[in-house]
Amino acid sequence: MTESISFKLNDKPVRLYVDGDRTLLWVLRTDFGLTGTKFGCGEGHCGACTVLLNGVAVRSCLQKVNDVRDKEVVTIEGLAKEGKLHPVQKAFMEHDGLQCGFCTPGMVLTAVGLLKTNPTPTREQIIRGMEQNLCRCGAHTRIIDAIQTAAAEMKGVR
Amino acid sequence: MRTEDYLALDFKDRMILDPQSRREFLKRLGGGIFVFVSLGDWTVAQEAGRQRGGRQGGPSDFNAFLRIGEDGRVTGFTGKIEMGQGPITSLAQMLAEELDTPLDTVEMVMGDTERCPWDMGTFGSMTTRSFGPALLAAAAEARTILMELAAEALQVPQEWLVTKDGVIFDGRNKDLRRTYGELAKGKKIERHLQGKPTLKDVARYTVVGKPLLRRDGRDKVTGKAQYAGDLREPGMLYARLLRPPAHGAKLKNVDTALAKTIAGVQVVQDGDLVAVLHEFPDVAEAALAEVKAEFDLPATGVDDKTIFDHLLKTNPQGRAVAEGGDLSEGRKLASKTFERTYLNSYVAHAAMETHSALAKVEGDKATIWASTQNPFGAQSEIAQAIGLPANNVRVITPFVGGGFGGKTRNTQAVEAARLSKAVGKPVQVVWSRAEEFFYDTFRPAAIVKINSGIDAAGKVVLWDYDVLYAGERGAAQFYALPNHRTTARPSGRQGGGGGHPFATGAWRAPGNNTNTFARESQIDIMAAAAGLDPVEFRLKNLNDPRMIRVLKAAAERFGWTPAKAPSKRGYGVACGMDAGTWVAMIIEVEVDAKKGTTQVKRVVCAQDMGLVVNPEGAKIQLEGCVTMGMGYALTEEVHFKDGKVLDTNFDTYELPRFSWVPKIETVLIDAKDSPPQGGGEPAIILMGAVIANAIYDRTAARLFQLPMTPERVLAAIQKA
Repeated sequence: MTESISFKLNDKPVRLYVDGDRTLLWVLRTDFGLTGTKFGCGEGHCGACTVLLNGVAVRSCLQKVNDVRDKEVVTIEGLAKEGKLHPVQKAFMEHDGLQCGFCTPGMVLTAVGLLKTNPTPTREQIIRGMEQNLCRCGAHTRIIDAIQTAAAEMKGVR
Repeated sequence: MRTEDYLALDFKDRMILDPQSRREFLKRLGGGIFVFVSLGDWTVAQEAGRQRGGRQGGPSDFNAFLRIGEDGRVTGFTGKIEMGQGPITSLAQMLAEELDTPLDTVEMVMGDTERCPWDMGTFGSMTTRSFGPALLAAAAEARTILMELAAEALQVPQEWLVTKDGVIFDGRNKDLRRTYGELAKGKKIERHLQGKPTLKDVARYTVVGKPLLRRDGRDKVTGKAQYAGDLREPGMLYARLLRPPAHGAKLKNVDTALAKTIAGVQVVQDGDLVAVLHEFPDVAEAALAEVKAEFDLPATGVDDKTIFDHLLKTNPQGRAVAEGGDLSEGRKLASKTFERTYLNSYVAHAAMETHSALAKVEGDKATIWASTQNPFGAQSEIAQAIGLPANNVRVITPFVGGGFGGKTRNTQAVEAARLSKAVGKPVQVVWSRAEEFFYDTFRPAAIVKINSGIDAAGKVVLWDYDVLYAGERGAAQFYALPNHRTTARPSGRQGGGGGHPFATGAWRAPGNNTNTFARESQIDIMAAAAGLDPVEFRLKNLNDPRMIRVLKAAAERFGWTPAKAPSKRGYGVACGMDAGTWVAMIIEVEVDAKKGTTQVKRVVCAQDMGLVVNPEGAKIQLEGCVTMGMGYALTEEVHFKDGKVLDTNFDTYELPRFSWVPKIETVLIDAKDSPPQGGGEPAIILMGAVIANAIYDRTAARLFQLPMTPERVLAAIQKA
């Protein structure tokens, strides 16, 4: 059933006439053209489709548009402010925390979500926080290093 | 399975540009200085050497070229593609080096059939080692042209001229100068390289050999980088296709009436191709659920448990790929002999990006954006499928979200093109994860039988090696063995009917993962039986100086102290060769003897890959090999029964995760005087054996089958 659904998307209020049962991932990718949010598995196993929902990293393939009504959604496109990269994005680049880049948006946003709940994570906590995100190229060690660097640069700021 | 179901590991190299299309190709390029290189002469020797079928006729035309534009910018054109291994960075680095121009003035155009010369595909770690030298040669020739132009423009003898930062100047009077852009302005110079040019002395390198972060990093961390599934065309429809439940299933009947009642849904039925299309992918998905179909199912009786018996029954004819000495003499000399069989399961590529394509077929022209490792292969497949001449089909390769050998078949691109032709609109096909598992060209399950022997002094005097279904790559051993024979049986394509129950193909370092697992396990077994330290035993039986060097380098970095296995320390050793590179690894594992789980704690890997173009890139590839390789070693295995692929997502097919990752230390041997070799694959070949050997060292349990799942480890511990 088509209905009017409003939420905040990358800092801007948006309103959509849409079937509220549609999957957030596909609405972001098609209706909004925000293709940085990737389809990897469709069942929440891989994390490529991760977005921030009210600051918490969630899998957009498991969310309905209804679930984000009146909430705040941040996709990878909305993370850099005025062209200035988020410390996590910068650290991923500096540490080469990526290869093919397909899992990267989900990795970056999961890491941002992790640092929001725990701004000074240990290496073990980073590993646990990232455990459910899959990377096939094997950039893992560099991703862990990047998150450590970003956490240090952010000095505990959430 | 049928011959055509098997994806060849080796691709035939052929040019498809006829003289007329070649003229058109050149016309599109605009002004500037162009240098063309034909790989046929010298650089492609390695690629050509891999081909079974040999080169197919075709004009001796160019395969690589570069342009120096009128703005001084340098563009390298290649049919190779970027799927994460970093050629977009390393190739540009090579161009900047040879041309003495700043790196930010160099760009690469990759994988576009209309703008790039023909290429057989991106696999086999060939991009740097085979295409790289060609590009360097083109750059050297371009520099020669620039020198000629500058000498004329400045009225200065060439030997006084110096090239630096995109400028040529008189070494005695720096005010006499011309930028590359000024020299190229208003020119249209085409030069075909004749013979081997004089390359810059490696000792003078300032860009190549320096660590460099990837150039596509920013686009990839901001979500700007586009993959085939991210592209949109006006009026585009998303397609979902009806799939059979099992390989070998035949469509009996199909009813699409209900799907058609959904607003905006279009249905296409063309023989076995049944698809529903909609402007939203999730609506197309819902419509597919309304398509009712019946299939005749095959009952092969083959599953992932019975597959090895099944494969042994078909037992294809083999051929000796390496031979020396006399096996019967070896048997006489041996004081101990070892007859062992090693098994390796089907493994999926499981790239994070599923096969994706966007096709726009308009009249007699088609443009297809595809996630592919061989855009030119896709071009001919699509042309054939939709009845157009290949020249009317343009394939463009955006960023590819991982390939590993799995994106060479292009089925999804053909599907998108057929559907676009049928509906007269652009059509996007993005496979679901289940489709990705179902249509993957798995690494073939394989069997290796080895009969070997040692004498009282710990010398290997007998080596009789027989590999079924893995293929030849990495089968021939490199130890100094007096009496040896290596027989390789086909990997599947020539395996004939009744072999693999589904398509198989190349998987990162095809064949070599299996062969190295078997060989290096067997070497370890003999070392233990001889009562010798596994490093010492290998050194005793090696005389290849580069292998000795990498093994010693790994041992030194690891801090190896000799001990006979099982030493309870959990240390494993393995050596191997792949893509022209020598590689040795020493690791430490912990094994949970109750659960059977294995944790790799530390990895030291030494690699001699000739000249290292981008050391940081090489380290990253090596780390990627270690991490990905732990998957096939410990958990990855395709489950199937009666043609059904039972793994449909990552819940049952387990990839390596963050918690698996050990401390990885890399040692890159300085071998500047040797040509650059492959780096995207070599280290992965060691992971099976090095972990098996470490598990043995820790627990005295020997594993003969990959992956070494907890169940198999527990069973082996019980047997030990």
